[in-house]
Amino acid sequence: MNTLALAMRMLRRDWRAGELRALALALIVAVTSVTAVGFFTDRIDQALHRQANELLGADLLIASDHPLANELRSIAHQNNLRSAETLDFPSMVVAGEKTHLAEIKAVSDGYPLRGKLYTAPQRFMPDSPSSGIPQPGTVWLDAGLLGPLNIVVGDRISVGEAQLTVAAVLTREPARGGDLFSIAPRLMLNLADLPNTQLVQPASRIRYRLLVAGEAKNIAAYRTAIAHRLKPGERIEGVEDARPELRTALNRAQSFLGLAALVSVMLAGVAVAIATRRFMTRHLDNCAMMRCLGAVQSDITRIYVYQILLLGLTASLLGCMLGYAAQGVLAQVLGTMVTAELPLPSLQPVVFGVLTGMITLAAFALPPLLQLKRVPPLRVLRRDIGTPPASSLTAYGFGIAALAGLMLWQAGDLKLGGYVLGGTAAALLVLTAFALALISALRLLRHRAGVAWRFGIANITRRAQGSVVQILGFGIGIMALLLLTLVRGDLLKDWQKSLPADAPNRFLINIQPNQVPAIHDFLTRENGTEPTLFPMIRARLTGINDKAISANTYTDERAQRLVSREFNLSWGAHMQSDNQLVAGRWWSAAEHGERVLSVEEGLAKTLGITLGDTLHYMVGGDEFTAKVTSLRKVEWDSMRANFFVMAPPGALDGYPASYITSLYVPQNKPELMNKLVKAFPNVTVIDVAAIMAQVRLIMERVGLAVEYVFLFTVMAGLLVLYAAIQATLDERIRESAILRTLGARRGQLLTGLFSEFAVLGLLAGLVASTAATLLGYLLATHVFHLPFSLNFWIWLTGIVGGTLGVGLAGLLGTRFILQRPPLEVLRNSG
Amino acid sequence: MPDGSSYPIVRAENLAKQVNSPEGELVLLHDIDLTIVPGEAVAIIGASGSGKSTLLGLLAGLDTPSCGQVWIDGTDLFALDEDGRARLRGAMIGFVFQSFQLLPNLTALENVMLPLELAGRDDARDVARAVLARVGLDARRNHYPKQLSGGEQQRVAIARAFAPQPKLLFADEPTGNLDRATGKRVADLLFEINQELATTLILVTHDETLAQRCNRRLELETGRLKVEA
Repeated sequence: MNTLALAMRMLRRDWRAGELRALALALIVAVTSVTAVGFFTDRIDQALHRQANELLGADLLIASDHPLANELRSIAHQNNLRSAETLDFPSMVVAGEKTHLAEIKAVSDGYPLRGKLYTAPQRFMPDSPSSGIPQPGTVWLDAGLLGPLNIVVGDRISVGEAQLTVAAVLTREPARGGDLFSIAPRLMLNLADLPNTQLVQPASRIRYRLLVAGEAKNIAAYRTAIAHRLKPGERIEGVEDARPELRTALNRAQSFLGLAALVSVMLAGVAVAIATRRFMTRHLDNCAMMRCLGAVQSDITRIYVYQILLLGLTASLLGCMLGYAAQGVLAQVLGTMVTAELPLPSLQPVVFGVLTGMITLAAFALPPLLQLKRVPPLRVLRRDIGTPPASSLTAYGFGIAALAGLMLWQAGDLKLGGYVLGGTAAALLVLTAFALALISALRLLRHRAGVAWRFGIANITRRAQGSVVQILGFGIGIMALLLLTLVRGDLLKDWQKSLPADAPNRFLINIQPNQVPAIHDFLTRENGTEPTLFPMIRARLTGINDKAISANTYTDERAQRLVSREFNLSWGAHMQSDNQLVAGRWWSAAEHGERVLSVEEGLAKTLGITLGDTLHYMVGGDEFTAKVTSLRKVEWDSMRANFFVMAPPGALDGYPASYITSLYVPQNKPELMNKLVKAFPNVTVIDVAAIMAQVRLIMERVGLAVEYVFLFTVMAGLLVLYAAIQATLDERIRESAILRTLGARRGQLLTGLFSEFAVLGLLAGLVASTAATLLGYLLATHVFHLPFSLNFWIWLTGIVGGTLGVGLAGLLGTRFILQRPPLEVLRNSG
Repeated sequence: MPDGSSYPIVRAENLAKQVNSPEGELVLLHDIDLTIVPGEAVAIIGASGSGKSTLLGLLAGLDTPSCGQVWIDGTDLFALDEDGRARLRGAMIGFVFQSFQLLPNLTALENVMLPLELAGRDDARDVARAVLARVGLDARRNHYPKQLSGGEQQRVAIARAFAPQPKLLFADEPTGNLDRATGKRVADLLFEINQELATTLILVTHDETLAQRCNRRLELETGRLKVEA
């Protein structure tokens, strides 16, 4: 028998009859949400892959926090490789009365070895690839610097002690291709001009890079040759490991957005299960008849599985197409943060999308459908027999396991995936219990309501199981929205409130030891407050208690990061007021010059440092060893300069140091920092407010993107409503016909319908507001350590929004049942 | 025409059916023995609740008995499993029901094609069209059941039942849902085609006139075969 052809025919007809609409729509929403995220992250991923060497500006580079040995250059030349060098660091740029922080990059001839620099002759003019680098005496600026400095190409600016002419607007630059979160716009100058600026001072934080390019085999030979010559703090970046920090950020975004998308998949799955159950009950007679006509069980299974597969495949592909359209919005919201141009997405997300669609179907549609084969043929004579019981949770076991697998995969990390899965299961259990309790409470109200409302409420309590599913469906959707709008805003406000009004808003770094008295006097005189300047010595932790350590010693990501970069050690006679001793004791004046340390407790925990341990540091080329005599708790939110590791005065004498201070500059003194930079050109001013504004912008954009993904969750929640309405439609039509024959007026019936859905929406809003408040509380107290304040609006918005939204949607979905004449209904259902 | 020389196409021995009800065990059928030869038209008559439909269900293998045996064309029906009985039905049994039992999601033609397709026949469409023409509904072949009147729906059901040329046809109150005039026309059609194809007909009805058109009448009373007329 050609079951496929038969299945196609039946599918066509069932589709036209509208029986499969809820199922198909749910699948489409599920697939659209995962593919929208998939396509978008795929594009960024590809941009990183395809332009990897362009991102590096080379085939291979060696990055370091100190000047690189000449040996590395000569080995490159021996291997027939071209090379170039870059140094970059943040510094202030001065033009007339204006100053602005810039990311300075000094480049040598030949840069970039791969990719091109693009420049424009003036701001807002078309750009073109340029050959070469800025001529000595000139700089190229990012358009973002021209505006704030109020200059045009041709003007002169000061960079440190050097006066340079702006020769062009830098529009595109390989190694900046994917910078997500750079703090300042770029200024590019010729390496030959760098000494004149006098910005490279001992202990300044500068990133040195040696770039090489050439034939692949020479690159490989070079890589092997230098591998064992690298010193601590030096690392190789190849095309394959380009921009690890960007990759990590991308992976995080991918798993987070992906998990958000899976919430829609879960809800869509519920809608699929409800819709399939209805489809199944409506096809019982057909199956019984086909069994009479000689169809064996496997025929029935095949016919329905083919149908559902065809539908699933079509819906999934359609979902992929819509996902492709939807990713455009994500690219608009988040893509602008990535300066690289995004290539077209690959087909890989389609595979994932179709797989998600099919797994959702297998999980939620197959269990009820597989029951169809068991319909006894005797049902043709006795319609009361052969309705299979609702599928138990175990019937959905395979599918739920598959969905859990998808979650683990999307989380990309077993631990995170485990948390998400456990959290989801626990949250669902708690919310189910809450919803059940609310429904029970409704039973008590039932007798106090009028006839129409009583009827509506009775419908909710009678279909308790379905009601719970619907309450959770809308509840999760509403909660997602509340969390992302109101709770996010609250957290931001609470955080701002937790900062004192005069919290420092500027950091001054790169202050040279001989400038300390002058800057101290300058700030005391001009700003009216006496600043504390802290020394900073850059040191690398190389061992604990005579045991050498490296990034490989640790499995924890933060520990690895901390060990692979340099620390700032500082010294002071007194502990800062926002620090608190948690173990050991602070040093006395008598201990001047003693080799003892006070370590921040969080760092100590991450690196496994305990009181009494001996820490070994490398400072420049010299070793520094000292014993941990106290652990401190530091209030990092105070915005004041603070240090992980402190020593008593005198202990670090003789090591190269620079100074840092933080201060509050009132808004009415905008010229203060300009004056300071003019007097001390090497000092870098970091405008914390500007950085916070940028961080906030990024948070807002990420929030917007997540909100967008959660829109699909809301849609999936609505589909649960739609499927649930469809599932009870036949019953509702019959009930309303009976009620009308008993004399119920149209208005009463409509009130009954509205009250049922409005109460469902109210309960969903209640569940959502409770859950959002609880999550907000957990985030505030455990993640952000902020005081939590209850927001009345969350409750009002959640409950009123839920009541009206679901009430009206439900009414719209069911009101046509009143249009059928009661006699027709009763005759047909008899 | 009955063919007395053949071995029986349907034979039932000691056939009984009991079910458990809240009031205790309920006996629907007692020790039914019957034999039907090929080409015969047999009416099973009786009042509501006498067990007519239960007997039809057992003879067609739609239900299983509490005890006793049924042979269809020499095959022990209940020695087969559920799927085996379905295959046997597909191969040699046709059905016409009071409530038509057309698949609402298939057109008239597709409904008639269904048993042929289930049997894996390549000529399903041609055969179905021919049979549909025979019942006078070729022009309405692309209509869905709900677009057809009751009489038309039953004619489609008759076409579907006869299309695979079954040896045996079970009809359960085939005119019960139709008005008298339509019912008569449908019954005429049923008997005409039955004779043309020499199908054995087992007809369940409480309509005396319909029963009289059969060669033989079996009357059931509270689950017992009362008279063999």
